[in-house]
Amino acid sequence: MQTKLIKCTINGKERELMIDVRASLTDALRNDFRLTSVKKGCEVGECGACNVLIDGECFNSCIYLAVWADGKDIRTLESLLGEGGELSDIQQAFVDEAAIQCGFCTPGVIMTAVEILDTKRLYTRDELRKLLSGHLCRCTGYENIINAVEKVMKKRLGLP
Amino acid sequence: MYVGKSVKRVDAYDKVTGRAMYTDDLADRKALVAKVVHSTVAHGIVKHVDTAEALTVPGVVKIFTCFDVPEQRFPTAGHPWSTDPHHQDVSDRNLLARHVRFYGDDVAAVVAENEVAAAQAARLVKVEYEKLPFVTDVQEAMADSAPLLHEEFPNNILAHTTMGYGDFDEAIREPGLLKFEGWYDTPIVQHCHIENHVCYAYKENGKIVVVSSTQIPHIVRRVVGQALGIPWGRVRVIKPYIGGGFGNKQDTLYEPLCAFLSQELGGRMVKLDVSREETFVSNRVRHAVRSHITSYVRPDGTFVARKLEAFSNQGAYASHGHGICAKGMSAFTQLYPCKACRGDAYTVFTNLPVAGAMRGYGIPQAMFAGESHVEDIARALGMDSLELRRKNMMPVGFLNAFDHNENYYDSFNQCLAVGMKEIDYEKKLKAYQNQTGDIRRGIGHSIFWYNTAVWPISLESTSCRMVLNQDGSLQVQLGETEIGQGADTAFAQMAADTVGVRLEDVHIISSQDTDITPFGLGSFASRQTYVGGFAIKQTGLLFRERILTYARELTRMPVFNLDIIDGNIIRTTDGRVLLPLSDLATEAIYSLNHSAHITAESTYQVKSNAYSFGCCFAEVEVDIPLCKVKLLKIVNVHDCGTLVNPQLAEAQVHGGMSMAIGYGLSEQLLFDPKTGKTLNDNLLDYKLSTTMDHPDLVARFVENAEPTSAFGTKSLGEPPACPGAPAIRNAVLQATGVAVNRVPLNPHVLFERFKEEGLL
Amino acid sequence: MYDMKALYEANSVRHACELLLAHPGAKVIAGGSDVLVQMREGRLAGCELVSIYGLDELRGISLDEDDTLRILPLTSFSHITKHPLINEIIPVLGEAVDMVGGPQVRNIGTIGGNTCNGVTSADSASTLHAWNAVMEITGIGGTRQLSIKEFYVSAGKVALLPGEILTAILIRNADYEGYKGHYIKYAMRNAMDIATTGCSVNVKLTADKKTIEDARIAYGVAGPVPMRAPSAEAAVRGLPANAETAELFGKTALQDVNPRTSWRANREFRLHLCETLAKRALLKAIELSGGEI
Repeated sequence: MQTKLIKCTINGKERELMIDVRASLTDALRNDFRLTSVKKGCEVGECGACNVLIDGECFNSCIYLAVWADGKDIRTLESLLGEGGELSDIQQAFVDEAAIQCGFCTPGVIMTAVEILDTKRLYTRDELRKLLSGHLCRCTGYENIINAVEKVMKKRLGLP
Repeated sequence: MYVGKSVKRVDAYDKVTGRAMYTDDLADRKALVAKVVHSTVAHGIVKHVDTAEALTVPGVVKIFTCFDVPEQRFPTAGHPWSTDPHHQDVSDRNLLARHVRFYGDDVAAVVAENEVAAAQAARLVKVEYEKLPFVTDVQEAMADSAPLLHEEFPNNILAHTTMGYGDFDEAIREPGLLKFEGWYDTPIVQHCHIENHVCYAYKENGKIVVVSSTQIPHIVRRVVGQALGIPWGRVRVIKPYIGGGFGNKQDTLYEPLCAFLSQELGGRMVKLDVSREETFVSNRVRHAVRSHITSYVRPDGTFVARKLEAFSNQGAYASHGHGICAKGMSAFTQLYPCKACRGDAYTVFTNLPVAGAMRGYGIPQAMFAGESHVEDIARALGMDSLELRRKNMMPVGFLNAFDHNENYYDSFNQCLAVGMKEIDYEKKLKAYQNQTGDIRRGIGHSIFWYNTAVWPISLESTSCRMVLNQDGSLQVQLGETEIGQGADTAFAQMAADTVGVRLEDVHIISSQDTDITPFGLGSFASRQTYVGGFAIKQTGLLFRERILTYARELTRMPVFNLDIIDGNIIRTTDGRVLLPLSDLATEAIYSLNHSAHITAESTYQVKSNAYSFGCCFAEVEVDIPLCKVKLLKIVNVHDCGTLVNPQLAEAQVHGGMSMAIGYGLSEQLLFDPKTGKTLNDNLLDYKLSTTMDHPDLVARFVENAEPTSAFGTKSLGEPPACPGAPAIRNAVLQATGVAVNRVPLNPHVLFERFKEEGLL
Repeated sequence: MYDMKALYEANSVRHACELLLAHPGAKVIAGGSDVLVQMREGRLAGCELVSIYGLDELRGISLDEDDTLRILPLTSFSHITKHPLINEIIPVLGEAVDMVGGPQVRNIGTIGGNTCNGVTSADSASTLHAWNAVMEITGIGGTRQLSIKEFYVSAGKVALLPGEILTAILIRNADYEGYKGHYIKYAMRNAMDIATTGCSVNVKLTADKKTIEDARIAYGVAGPVPMRAPSAEAAVRGLPANAETAELFGKTALQDVNPRTSWRANREFRLHLCETLAKRALLKAIELSGGEI
């Protein structure tokens, strides 16, 4: 088995690990770090369930080699929770807008929402649709997901 | 009161933080990995399986072929078992198949120490087949010359039933009737829940434990027992959170095979994680149904006699079988009652992936055919199709003799009125008449028929358990499963109201464990609030009674003067709070005089059913040269009785509408005619709607409390998926004048139709 | 876990070339959105990979001294779309690659990978063809340039020799100055899809904006590799920039294209699209150039 030592930041913590070079980042996050919010839905980059932030941009971790994470800053859904278990604004909006049903696509979608919201820009609803289009959801028809993201976007920008 | 309020989901926090654990999250990382070797012929007999090379792959533990499994046939459908052999599901599956009946059938299973070894070995297993001719078309499969899939079913007909009323031949003799006839086709589609089916099995205390992403744990337990030939009590099935099911997981999928593999490997943990490609091919799909409708109509639009012939493509194995097509036939005969009606429904085996339950259970197919046909009649008569529907649709007071369903309210007209207003129907209908040019708009609608639960077709039984904790809170358990639809939240609301406690004091146990959870059938048939409601109400009243009986001991007040409100024991005569339920609960457990663990458990057998009606309006823009339909607006209106949780109900309708949009415009599994192989078994080539393929989805309700229901509720899970496709089709018809009698209305189909009609 | 025989990570362009020479069966992996999918499907199972993902020197967009636009191959689609030079010089390329897959795919997918896999449906390829892109290829022996037309050999095959990698995509000043273009991706969905047919058209109008001085068109999925439609281009040169010319453009393009029937779409439908898209893309390009229809 070919391995490689990688050093990276995961959810704010410096981590060092010997990685099987054959591992996808999904494999590493789920199996080695037990970050099980990172879901497997297709394993070929078509559904978005495994989406995580790498250096501030969203990637489907299933088609990202774990060894490439060396030197990178990785964030998963687990990073959003406050120390006392408080929900972040976007998580709370998903709860309030009933944007969650089976919950399986939810972690990946929220991480894309984080990338969108971090731009601190105002987007139209159609632009939000495009920015969220890398996620397939079979439960919600996307309606309340878009509502939740739009609500937080406006709130953060101080808009009604 | 909580019923009727949009409280937040009880599982929202866990799901929004990533803490909700699904099957694969729970599996031990050291579990052995199983990989199924699938048939690469559509029909054949396995002559020989050569595993020699595969076994040399480092990490391979064992390979089981179709010759290594017992000849022990079992059914898979997520139906309640019947003790009457005539009503049992067809037992036509083996753990692995020697006679393979579709491209993707299960021939062998590799068990290895890791997924790479399992996949490598699976590719190296060499299977030698005696190839047989195969058939994929439902009507060709009925021909005498067609290859036979199952010896017990001549002409591949799994079932043929008829239904109807009135003297059809007499009715059509009426002078002056106009005859309308049409053929309608719906495609094979897949559920596409984002979590693929996954399960793992191991032995503990002499039992096989199967943890599975399923909608129906108690049914899976029975089927695993049947498949392995072991007592059902030796099987324990655990259902954690699941990432959607939509009916695919209302079937026993790979749980029996996984349990078998673990059993054969000394009870070691074996995980069987289905890939997306396998989900498309080797799980279940929705039946393609070909419908032939003939209507005899008076010139004023009155329907006099109608006839349906429906041919349902079952694929290779029986699974849910004829139930789907039969339900569609029920809808046909009831939605527009007339003098005489006749239905002929055939469910036919073909060499295609196995069709099972999928959201709507035959009604999306039946509504596409029926509501397209009604639209075509209106057009031919020069009548407004909404008027034609109103003239003929099921009237208030209609009583169906078979299931005693009664149409108590004027739901159709009420829903239509709401929908018309929401989409500005009359104005748009007028504005979009007689358009020319490349880009045209249109508006269309459809109504739909649905019912709730499965009585009297089969058993409806539900059980609930309530257990009081020291702090006055309670656990609630039911066999009806949370599959994303929000059942747990609705159940908690119902339990809180029935017992008289605060919602936060109801701890609904989300996971089902057949060793612990009271017997229930799971989640399907849009029945959870209806059926589960009975068990919750009955058990809750029993539970209250026990609490109040204990309260009598502590307060010396008679039970009939006591009540539980907001978690307090109240004297009803003056409203005084006598004591908090928490005090009672602590005392009951620790009392040195009378210690009591207060619990209640009961079974309710449901012997009723309820109609659930509504409609859909769709507005489209058709780009004729590009052969593309853009959906501009879509509105669904439902009367599903009392809304337990309006916000979650609305969200559930959105999901169903999205599925209907895909059904109408883009989704379809394709098969290679030369080999029977599924061509688009992935989420890139299977066109499930993305965020950019929808307009905003509008869900509205009419609330007429269902009289037969414990909480006024009736079905909502499946109905939203039923009327969308014909509404879109009818909107395209208004826009272009082109009737498309098959879904999806994708560019390939529109190109052909527009050419035929001279638009291109 | 991928069924990968071995992974070699390159730390420089030269190292990448050496690794490829040392491991002749190895495939280059840039972003992985194509290679890893094929590995998962089994088509590349058991393969060796040379990863160039870590070569940051192959990321970025700049202008050479002679105003040639230089796009480095590992630049991701999303970075191309956001880049000021792209928006100034060739916005249509930014728009075209903004239609690839979805946002996550556009963050990992690279323009080099998109062209080097030799696929006819690649969203960047038709636009690069329509702008006469030049491919700069580096091997142990040095660097050579090829026109993008020569670069595409046959379906799935490009003109990279053993030990060579693509190190830049160039668009010369003469090929972009004064041109405006439009790309239409025709797919079954509005996101997460591959093109049924893609059509990229750009024009240069005369100073009065009334006449087409030059028009260029390239298609994806109109043949085994992305292709230009020279007959259509010749037919409209010097003609008025109007709807009639657009009709002619679409009809003439049919002389050049040769799409095939596959289960994804049949030939007849693709031919219909080739004509319709050419017409619409030309009209849009004229409009972008300041012409009035």
